[in-house]
Amino acid sequence: MHFGYSDEQQQFRDIVARFLRERSPTSEVRKHMASADGYDRALWQQLASELGVTGVHVPEALGGQGFGYVELGIALEEMGQALLCAPYFASCVLATEVLRNVATEAEQRTLLPALVRGDRIATLAWVEQSGRWDVAATTLTAHGQGDACRLDGHKKFVLDGHHADLLLVVARTRGSVGDAGLGLYAVDAQAPGVERRPLATIDSTRRQAELKFSDTPARRLGGTESAATKLRQSLDRATIALCAEMVGGARALLNSAVEYAKLRMQFGRPIGSFQAIKHKCAEMLLEVELATSAARYAAAAIDAGDSEMPALASLAKAMASDAYMRAAIECLQIHGGIGFTWDEDTHLWFKRAKSSEVLLGDASHHRERYMALTEATA
Amino acid sequence: MISDDEATLRTEVREWLHAHWDINRSLVAWRNLLVDSGWGMPHWPRAWHGRDLPVSLLPVVEEEFEAAQAVGVARIGIRLLAAATLLEHGSDSHKSRFLRRILTGEDTWCQLFSEPGSGSDLAGASTRADRDGDNDGHGWRVNGQKLWTTSAHHAQWGLLLARTDWDAPKHTGMSYFIIDMMQPGVEVQPLKQMNGHASFNQVFFTDAQVPAENLVGKIGDGWKIAMTTLAHERRNADALRRWGHASPHAGPIYDEERAEIATVMEPYKWYPQRAGRVDLVMKRARESGRLADPAVRQEIARLMMMSRSAEWLALRARQAKVAGKPEGPEGSLGKLVASHVARAASHVHTLISGADAMLAGADSPHDGLIAEILLSVPATSIAGGTDEIQRNIIGERVLDLPREPRMDTGPFRDVPRNPTRGR
Ligand SMILES: Cc1cc2nc3c(=O)[nH]c(=O)nc-3n(C[C@H](O)[C@H](O)[C@H](O)COP(=O)(O)OP(=O)(O)OC[C@H]3O[C@@H](n4cnc5c(N)ncnc54)[C@H](O)[C@@H]3O)c2cc1C
Repeated sequence: MHFGYSDEQQQFRDIVARFLRERSPTSEVRKHMASADGYDRALWQQLASELGVTGVHVPEALGGQGFGYVELGIALEEMGQALLCAPYFASCVLATEVLRNVATEAEQRTLLPALVRGDRIATLAWVEQSGRWDVAATTLTAHGQGDACRLDGHKKFVLDGHHADLLLVVARTRGSVGDAGLGLYAVDAQAPGVERRPLATIDSTRRQAELKFSDTPARRLGGTESAATKLRQSLDRATIALCAEMVGGARALLNSAVEYAKLRMQFGRPIGSFQAIKHKCAEMLLEVELATSAARYAAAAIDAGDSEMPALASLAKAMASDAYMRAAIECLQIHGGIGFTWDEDTHLWFKRAKSSEVLLGDASHHRERYMALTEATA
Repeated sequence: MISDDEATLRTEVREWLHAHWDINRSLVAWRNLLVDSGWGMPHWPRAWHGRDLPVSLLPVVEEEFEAAQAVGVARIGIRLLAAATLLEHGSDSHKSRFLRRILTGEDTWCQLFSEPGSGSDLAGASTRADRDGDNDGHGWRVNGQKLWTTSAHHAQWGLLLARTDWDAPKHTGMSYFIIDMMQPGVEVQPLKQMNGHASFNQVFFTDAQVPAENLVGKIGDGWKIAMTTLAHERRNADALRRWGHASPHAGPIYDEERAEIATVMEPYKWYPQRAGRVDLVMKRARESGRLADPAVRQEIARLMMMSRSAEWLALRARQAKVAGKPEGPEGSLGKLVASHVARAASHVHTLISGADAMLAGADSPHDGLIAEILLSVPATSIAGGTDEIQRNIIGERVLDLPREPRMDTGPFRDVPRNPTRGR
């Protein structure tokens, strides 16, 4: 597996980083996280038209740039570092991923290009009231066939669900259990029988909604076979993408902590010269670098078609969840009282760290899943 | 993708091994051949027993040696630290006198840095080297004590850090010497360790002699050169796992290698255990029936994930080096992460063993191996620089955090230090 970045990849990182530094400083993040939709439409259009990152890993035939998960990871690391406040993970990762894996080519041709252009925003609704991440926990039901399906039930924790144009909903055919009867359905957010309620979230830079479907018209994507395996594969890939965003965020916290430790004076010397602080920073660096190594390895493994895939997703997520949260806690601690204020920026990342820690499964969940996936071979 | 270079190299090694590898040769004769051909250390310079091979191609050579089941040059112990230091700072005469016998395994080396009064604070060494008046003022006379010296009890040569100027600040008053350990002025006493083994020693110097030509670098360069030795030691912290594995094959040369490992390596047979033996964890969990316990599973997964991420971190560092990129923070983190992994592994072995973790020797699991892990892991966070010192280094050199105020500037003579213990 190769870790080093080519010159082109490094350039790509620099371009994304510069763009985000200029267009999405925390002053902008703060403005848009307090707005009704929770993101900046103008910035979203620029991300699509100027940077083209909305289709990094989408094939060129579908309007994307045709790169792999390593490049997607590069973009996400930078977005996580800048705490970009936009529906990128919902639309360009989760929704794009399930469309690529589950939908037919014809369906992808109809639905994907608008997402890549940034004209429409999509999201994936799979988790329900139970809070279980596995698709087998789905209870929302579908009946009917092809274009003429109807959905009934609830979805919760739907990222950007309150404003997305296209809702991709995981549902099961009536009476089915387990993996059987699971399918992916496309629902126009304006369709009759869709009720959307924004949830109050800890992290206001990534909003969530609760959705209710009552006899809602929907279209089944990708044929009639159970989509369980393909959905799981999509979620594993999305998990690895999330890890890239998370290690980027953790790095921002580390940098902020180190910078502050050099500046802040107490007892006649910078607090960074106290070992209690210096050693915290060293351990943060170690943890961030370990999680970064795992996230990058896992992204490269998707591109390489590595058969260890699901286990690597769990490994990377457990490492990222712990490293991001630890970085958040230590960064706040190193800032002292000011770290607990609204005006200082640490809490913005702290909140993203907290919600990302849990999103798609927390560290314990993934440690158990890793064991289940590897104990047969180890 | 296989490059032409790689394919040509592979054929070249294979043909050379085919023509020369012979299990009936003596170990030293074979290793001399490796030294002459440059295939023993192919990434070393051509002038000094190597072939100037890029580090990135080393695995090709290693794979071919493995395929032919050919024995390599001697690598274990302090010898490669000595070799790396001499390659970088030694004179041509040092290189021609010492490098060959390092690689053939005929000479063993030790590192005489730590003292009773100075361990982490290596620059506080107070073993003295004075100009030897009896010897036309050319040679040196050494007096003092070193401590924790691994291998001193069977080493021919020592890498010695000694003070040559007591009026200079501590870092600039030391020089670096090669000292003959077999002379009368050097007395070595093995020290028994908490795990029952004895791989380190205390060493007393009483007017021990060092000829002038055994000074490495210039007078006062001691600290700088010691840093080279230490950098190699810390970088190889995770290589401890591979310490002294004998090949299982049949044949005279393998017998000789096994005998070498059995005798010379006896005091070090606990070394793989100090890294925590992550490789044994799943096997132990399964055979003890603890694999079903959710709490144990969490800890095993935590360990495995950290250990694999650490391998990828090291891989990132190696690939960056091969690509000619400046070494990132990855390189400095290896020693500290090895400590974390070893500690976590010791914790997991305890969880898995339950009550058996109280037992030792033949009464404990795997004939004492598990007990040996539990009692060897503490060395990892001390030897080669403690965890605290590693965190200082990472904080100050990688993250560029401000240093602590110093109490030890000015002439070394006036720096407060530990009272010297009598013998
Ligand atoms: C198995 C083993 C093999 C060894 N082999 C060799 C060898 O071959 N050659 C050799 O020269 N040495 C060898 N050593 C010695 C080793 O390098 C020292 O033990 C180590 O550097 C610590 O020094 P010390 O024992 O004097 O402890 P001290 O330096 O006295 O440290 C005591 C405690 O204080 C802490 N401390 C000290 N300074 C600081 C600081 N500035 N900031 C924060 N905390 C600090 C330390 O981290 C430690 O916890 C070996 C040690 C072991 C365990």
